[in-house]
Amino acid sequence: MSSDKSNKPEDQDVETTGHSWDGIQEYNNPLPRWWLWTFYATIVWGVIYTILFPAWPLVSGATAGVLGWSTRENVAQEIAAVRDANADMRQGIVDTELAALEGDPDLHGFAVNAGAAVFRNNCSQCHGSGAAGATGYPNLLDDAWLWGGTIEEIAYTVRHGIRNEDDPDARYSQMPAFGDILAEEEIETLVTHVQGLSDGGDPLSGPGGELFANNCAACHGEDARGMQDLGAPNLTDAIWLYGSDDAAIHQSISEGPFGVMPAWGERLGEAEVRAVAAYVHQLGGGEAPEESVDAPQ
Amino acid sequence: MSDSDTPLYAAREPIFPRRVSGAFRRLKWQIMMVTLGIYYVTPWIRWDRGANLPDQAVLVDMANRRFFFFGIEIWPHEFYFVAGLLVMAGLGLFLFTAALGRVWCGYACPQTVWTDLFLAVERWVEGDRNARMRLHKAPWSARKARLRITKWALWLAIAIATGGAWVFYFADAPTLLRDLVTLNAAPVAYGSIAVLTATTFVFGGFMREQVCIYMCPWPRIQGAMMDEDTLTVAYRDWRGEPRGKGLRRRKSNTEVPDPQATTRAAGPKMGGRSPVIPMHFGETRAVIQRPKFYGDEPGDCIDCNACVNVCPMGIDIRDGQQMACITCALCIDACDEVMEKIGKQRGLIDYLALSDAPRERAGEAPKPARKHILRPRNLIYFGLWAAFGLALLVALLVRPEIEATIAPVRNPTFVTLSDGSIRNAYDLRIRNREGEARAMEVSLADAPGLAIALEGTEDGTVTVPADTQGLTRLYVTAPEGSAPATTSRTDIEIEVRDTTSGATARVDTTFDGDDR
Repeated sequence: MSSDKSNKPEDQDVETTGHSWDGIQEYNNPLPRWWLWTFYATIVWGVIYTILFPAWPLVSGATAGVLGWSTRENVAQEIAAVRDANADMRQGIVDTELAALEGDPDLHGFAVNAGAAVFRNNCSQCHGSGAAGATGYPNLLDDAWLWGGTIEEIAYTVRHGIRNEDDPDARYSQMPAFGDILAEEEIETLVTHVQGLSDGGDPLSGPGGELFANNCAACHGEDARGMQDLGAPNLTDAIWLYGSDDAAIHQSISEGPFGVMPAWGERLGEAEVRAVAAYVHQLGGGEAPEESVDAPQ
Repeated sequence: MSDSDTPLYAAREPIFPRRVSGAFRRLKWQIMMVTLGIYYVTPWIRWDRGANLPDQAVLVDMANRRFFFFGIEIWPHEFYFVAGLLVMAGLGLFLFTAALGRVWCGYACPQTVWTDLFLAVERWVEGDRNARMRLHKAPWSARKARLRITKWALWLAIAIATGGAWVFYFADAPTLLRDLVTLNAAPVAYGSIAVLTATTFVFGGFMREQVCIYMCPWPRIQGAMMDEDTLTVAYRDWRGEPRGKGLRRRKSNTEVPDPQATTRAAGPKMGGRSPVIPMHFGETRAVIQRPKFYGDEPGDCIDCNACVNVCPMGIDIRDGQQMACITCALCIDACDEVMEKIGKQRGLIDYLALSDAPRERAGEAPKPARKHILRPRNLIYFGLWAAFGLALLVALLVRPEIEATIAPVRNPTFVTLSDGSIRNAYDLRIRNREGEARAMEVSLADAPGLAIALEGTEDGTVTVPADTQGLTRLYVTAPEGSAPATTSRTDIEIEVRDTTSGATARVDTTFDGDDR
């Protein structure tokens, strides 16, 4: 025990590696043997792992491994599992009256979230990711609706689309191109007249009153507040789908806008149509069924 | 250098620590009981938080992302509390290591505590050091098999209890226990128990000091944290040397050994025992002048090896401070026992500061422990530690009763409504930590002309369910032509009021107008 040794490396039983850093030397102690076994164990583990799991890269793909494990399959299974778990909710959206959807917070929350995903995938290309629309593509956040803002009306619009040729039930109307019907100065008079409507002007009086009554009131109404059955916009509000300046209104009157929206009923399926209607309806402009009396239904 | 036959690998030399009694051993038993008691009992303490919250005092609820600690509930966004506690734990370790060396390793580290427990079981089943050494060398027999199986069975029982206790921190303990027994618990619970049972069994029963020497990074780090004022377990070589037993003691009276040869300083030792990696104290140790006086008379050390025999790490503290020493202080107890028997002064092995060595050699009194501990370095560590603790405490106490955040919807920044008014939308999040639902009234603070509306409610109040964060869409509308409607940005303030308690919170945000 009392081997009289100093702390100098040369007096120790252990040899040094011969390396010296500022006088500090490194002992060459043997490694613990269990480290060696651990090292062998990792090699064995590695071999077994490459047999069980995908491992060796080949020309196309890699060895499959005898367990047949696949991340892609796992993801597919997880998606399928979630789909199964949500099957009742999806059916619930289809089975519930759209107007009653908000009364069921769980179902409504599910529908809104699902609808948001549908919207981002299918609607945001025209209406914008924030649903704020663009020139010619309606803003879905505001309180003005060309074809009706109740959840049923929105669902119908989504399902059948507008002015498309694929769905016989698509909403349809056509504004004539008044450039072929009216004289240029008459159109200019109408432009001034229509711009005044937003500031409270009387639709049927003034220089453009008679022109408006003869050409526009049939669809936009004698009060110029539009007609949702025909998709005719309210001309007295602050919202202008194609712009509010002289040139934009002039173009609308002379050419007649013809905005088209595809029918989504076939492409999405009923649950998704209803979900996206629920989503759009809660964006801030949705109308309750009994309140939508501004325009004749 | 020699290309000698030094083996590349060395098998573990088994260590058979002898039983010892004394002040430090008693302290270690007490610490073991307290730490194990805390570990095993804590998940079973109940704490009433109301109907909708768990009644477990300490619960890490991963699924719902909540941490409950008695009266405190931590949500994920308050993880800085956990980070702060980790910083405090780090500073605490700096403090304790600088002041008292590796006290964490010696007394409180789970590896030490469980190894101690496993050793107690081993001693109870197989007897003390000599009996265990005999049993180790004996060929397999019915008796050896019986003792070994008994020991392993007891170890395994402790290991299962240890692994089992862990999972109770993560779920309601009584429910989980019932599920575990009826085999209805989640696979992750069984998996965690299996892994922790295996590690406890192997680390406490078989790996022991190998974990400290070869697996744990802490011994290396601590070497850099100790200085010459750190109190740590050491051998008073100037008192003990030259050591020797009876004959040698007499012989040494006539022979004057080379003082160099009697120097016992930090250094490794390979006397047939497990290899020891040296941890030098640095230059200080080397400049200590070795007085020659102990060359003439035998020292107090009678070389009885009591300190070596009780060491759970299998080292010789007389070789000096070394990396394998966890400073469990059992050698102090062992040596004191012997010193008393032979009528010498206790403290041949003791908690010592390196800086006291020259003083003691010169016959001066060492600095009192208090002065070693209350030195600027430690006071700075303590100050930092206490500052963090106070900051966390203040942060905990000033947590608002209502927490609300508001985020303007930026896509688009505003919407023009048919009457020409400008509307902004906001996502209002209100956190309710209470165990019951709270109705919150949301209003605009001091913003004439602006109108506020909540999606889905008519009366301006929103109900946030218990222990959840409620998300509400909020609309603020400015009339056409008003200042906020025509200014690009107006600061506004939203007030949230708990309709029951009356507590309020205000959040700032902005209103975007159409300035084109």
